[in-house]
Amino acid sequence: MLKVVEIDHLTIEYPDVKAIDDVSFTVNQGDFLGIIGPNGAGKSTLFASMLSLNTKYKGTIKFFGTDIRKSKNYLKEIGYVPQKPIFEKNFPATVNDVVKMGLQKESDENKIDEILQQLWIHELSERRIGELSGGQQQRVFIAKALVNNPKVLILDEPVTGIDQQSIDLFYSILKELNSKQNITIIWSSHDLDAVNKLANHVACLNRTLFFHGESDDFFENDELVKQYSEASMQEHMHHH
Amino acid sequence: MTFEIFTFSFMHRAIISGIAIAILCSVVGLFLVLRRYSLFGDAIAHSSFGGIALGLMAGIYPLWTAYGVSIVSALIMTRIKDKFNISGDASIAVLLSSGIAVGLVIIGLSGGFTLDIFSFLFGSILLVSVNDTILILSLTGIILIVILLLYRQLLYSTFNEEQAKVSGIPVEKINYLIVFMAGITVVTSIQLVGVLLISALFVIPNVTAIMYGKGFKQTAIISMSFSIFSVVAGILISYIFDITPAGTIVLFAIGIFACTMGIKSAGLLSRHN
Repeated sequence: MLKVVEIDHLTIEYPDVKAIDDVSFTVNQGDFLGIIGPNGAGKSTLFASMLSLNTKYKGTIKFFGTDIRKSKNYLKEIGYVPQKPIFEKNFPATVNDVVKMGLQKESDENKIDEILQQLWIHELSERRIGELSGGQQQRVFIAKALVNNPKVLILDEPVTGIDQQSIDLFYSILKELNSKQNITIIWSSHDLDAVNKLANHVACLNRTLFFHGESDDFFENDELVKQYSEASMQEHMHHH
Repeated sequence: MTFEIFTFSFMHRAIISGIAIAILCSVVGLFLVLRRYSLFGDAIAHSSFGGIALGLMAGIYPLWTAYGVSIVSALIMTRIKDKFNISGDASIAVLLSSGIAVGLVIIGLSGGFTLDIFSFLFGSILLVSVNDTILILSLTGIILIVILLLYRQLLYSTFNEEQAKVSGIPVEKINYLIVFMAGITVVTSIQLVGVLLISALFVIPNVTAIMYGKGFKQTAIISMSFSIFSVVAGILISYIFDITPAGTIVLFAIGIFACTMGIKSAGLLSRHN
């Protein structure tokens, strides 16, 4: 099995606190990994390091067998969807413009239409990004992440603040990308039901890694599930 | 009288240079406005004042020293801003006031050269020489080619820096490139509208165009059109009525902006925002 990500003894320290403490795990090609953990568990911090946005860490992170400190080429194989994409509300960019930003080669422009159709946002292609609903915007950002044919998709709590209908559509798209196109997905979420339905692997993070393994093994362990349900409930309350 | 002005070669040079500068300011300004860096052009222009004074004192063509001083100080200020985490508006204030301060001290030391300074403060588009015109056209051409070649990188890093970084775009280098291009654009434009009104050409056509355009390219083209119209109309009207071109050009730009606001308030432009 091809190893896509290998994280080895990763520690990230801030002046007063360890955000990530000695975390090691591996993600194989085709895995759909759900990373769960309460607020402040270090999920976004972990992603920032994996994406080379934060380089102040101890330990090693490898993508496709290469240490990411040595080469940033791996970024070309990654599609990233942030928690809430931040952009100027009046930014004069159409959906088409935004998706095109993700395109590494101009020659692949046909790919844009294909992706927009796949994500049911084809009719919006000439609309301004700021005019769309949160759910539609999130689909545009997924399209941008996918247009370059990534091998890995990294999603940081991508459905925060989005309506249920968009969430359902979003999840069905993720499932399809993973099962039909064999795209490896690394996804942080506090929705345990969704993780149960979609992910085939689970990692429980709360500064350190409490569990990493097959999804079934996690959900059969009642104690772990109870502990994380409570943590995610608290987070859910916090969000509201 | 009205048609006669089209026969003067100084008018040809003024209009050709003016159109080139209008295009340049619109395109570079659009990136600055969208980065919430609208006043950066103003800050560079004020720092160029120090450069102009330096040139006048040293007996060097003032625009050359202005290019040097503006670009170097803008790049240094950007570096300081990033390194010491100073906010954008504060760094603009520092750059702006230090340029004027240096300029005033140099003028004081050299006993004053009021007349020369005035043409740089308020522009002197009707006085551009053939060499100036060639320089303006060449710099405009070079900057437009750079923007076209790096279009995706410039647009993406303006839209969202973090995502652009994750896509492997060297965002910091792109930021310095934008500052460098803004420096060249500002000093090149001094001849058209002068140090004091440059930010108007950077900002006003762009904030107006953003209200009309859907996509980025469309917005840039609309902004360029407004800018070219303001510059050409401003030069011609100011000549006919013997008033200052810089002020007239900027008032035309403000007029278009005001009309757009009116149209928008009347609900005729409700599609965006």
